[in-house]
Amino acid sequence: MHINIEKVSHQYETKQGMLPVLKDLSLSIKRKGFTAIVGPSGCGKSTITRLVSGLIKPTQGSIFISNKKITSPLSTVGMAFQNPVLLEWRNVIKNIILPLEIVSKNVTYNQKRSNALDLLKLVGLEEFENNLPSELSGGMKQRVSLCRSLVHSPEVLILDEPFAALDAFTKEDLWDVMHKLKKERDFTCILITHDLREAVYLADQVIVLSGRPASLQYDVKTNFNEEKKISDLYSSEVSQLLATLRNQIEIAQNKND
Amino acid sequence: MIRINNFIIPLFSLIIFCLLWELLVWYNNWPNYKMASPSDLWPAFWKFKHLFLIYGWETFWRTVVGLILSVFVGLSLGILMGFSKTIRIGLYPILVGFNAIPKATVVPVIALIFVGMHNMNTIIIVILISFFPICVSISIGLSTLEREYEDILLSLGANKFEIFYKIALPKTLPEFFGALKVSTTLAFIGTNLMEIIEPHGKGLGHLFDSGKISADYPLMFAVLITLAVMGIFLYYIVVYLENIFAGWAIRK
Repeated sequence: MHINIEKVSHQYETKQGMLPVLKDLSLSIKRKGFTAIVGPSGCGKSTITRLVSGLIKPTQGSIFISNKKITSPLSTVGMAFQNPVLLEWRNVIKNIILPLEIVSKNVTYNQKRSNALDLLKLVGLEEFENNLPSELSGGMKQRVSLCRSLVHSPEVLILDEPFAALDAFTKEDLWDVMHKLKKERDFTCILITHDLREAVYLADQVIVLSGRPASLQYDVKTNFNEEKKISDLYSSEVSQLLATLRNQIEIAQNKND
Repeated sequence: MIRINNFIIPLFSLIIFCLLWELLVWYNNWPNYKMASPSDLWPAFWKFKHLFLIYGWETFWRTVVGLILSVFVGLSLGILMGFSKTIRIGLYPILVGFNAIPKATVVPVIALIFVGMHNMNTIIIVILISFFPICVSISIGLSTLEREYEDILLSLGANKFEIFYKIALPKTLPEFFGALKVSTTLAFIGTNLMEIIEPHGKGLGHLFDSGKISADYPLMFAVLITLAVMGIFLYYIVVYLENIFAGWAIRK
């Protein structure tokens, strides 16, 4: 599933009038690619996730998934957010099968459960199948949230800062979980993040957005290594890349002022 | 151990409360027409035990039926107001205004509209007095649902109804039970308002009124205590239901 965003502009209605957040944004994400989108706060990154998932329609321009224009939500999309938004009254396994209750109504519970268990094993939480979310740590909740976003085998996975609220080490653990999931499951991924190391470590393409109204400012490939390891982040090649990205963010912030 | 404590501690506090009450009356040497003491109540109960059983049941079933109906009314209005902003801003002033009216003044109006239909009159008053907390809590619960909760289902093409019964409704259950506890105690006020102000010769309210007419103060107090006990009983039934349906929200 390749994704094409073509000359998309979007504005919101606020009390102070129309607020433009995206302006003539064009970018393309290749099939099975992993693209990270970074940019200054409030530049409209989350708007992109809502546009690609079909939750809102752009004011101008179009978005295509596999050359098909998006006009309404597609069940081939999975989403995860900074807030894991787990349903507190459901145990872990029942939280994960929630999307299947919408998109595969005719599948038996056991089949749904086994789908969910496969993912739960991948993220290393198979023992917690019957626990309630309130009994899990923040990192565990986010793992469950990732499983839920993938359980219906979506072709596009949209991650809106899912690791932002986690401590540094938990974060790195989850990055590796994400690598594992990406290897096991075939999906095209869009990651919204504020963390440049995260962007470089997880994605094969990093896009820097300009300040609001956002458009494409910088687009770079990050295939510095076939199999990325945390230690790679301390190599001179990656340091160079991070410095370039940091510089780009500063440029974007100045425009914002 | 925890289960025993849950029973022993409230019982213990009740005994202390009765002892203090007894002591207060005894110390001030109040006659029982000024303030009856707990030791006066049992003879009053025993003397009218058949009436307590019959009238107690009358009051109890009317309250429970009224409460169940007010749950339906409160839920329906709350759901409408939770989902539609237009309905919410349209209905709020009417509901708030209505709730501000002392229900004692509504009693004669209702009694006139449905002359002679005692059970219905009483149940209507119960509904009018108890639906409000439920309606407000449900509408607030539904209208403050975080956007992400909707997004995870909306992005899969789920409809409003699926979002409602898979996420919004269960998520609002703790608030609902909180409101239901308030409504339960209010419901007894409703039943007795009708039974006391528009005497039908039925219910504990009527027994209270008889006590007043015959200056039988221990009887009046005994009625009040009976009402309190029934209120506590119904409250714990709600707590029991809450444990079943919203136990996940209760901190252990």
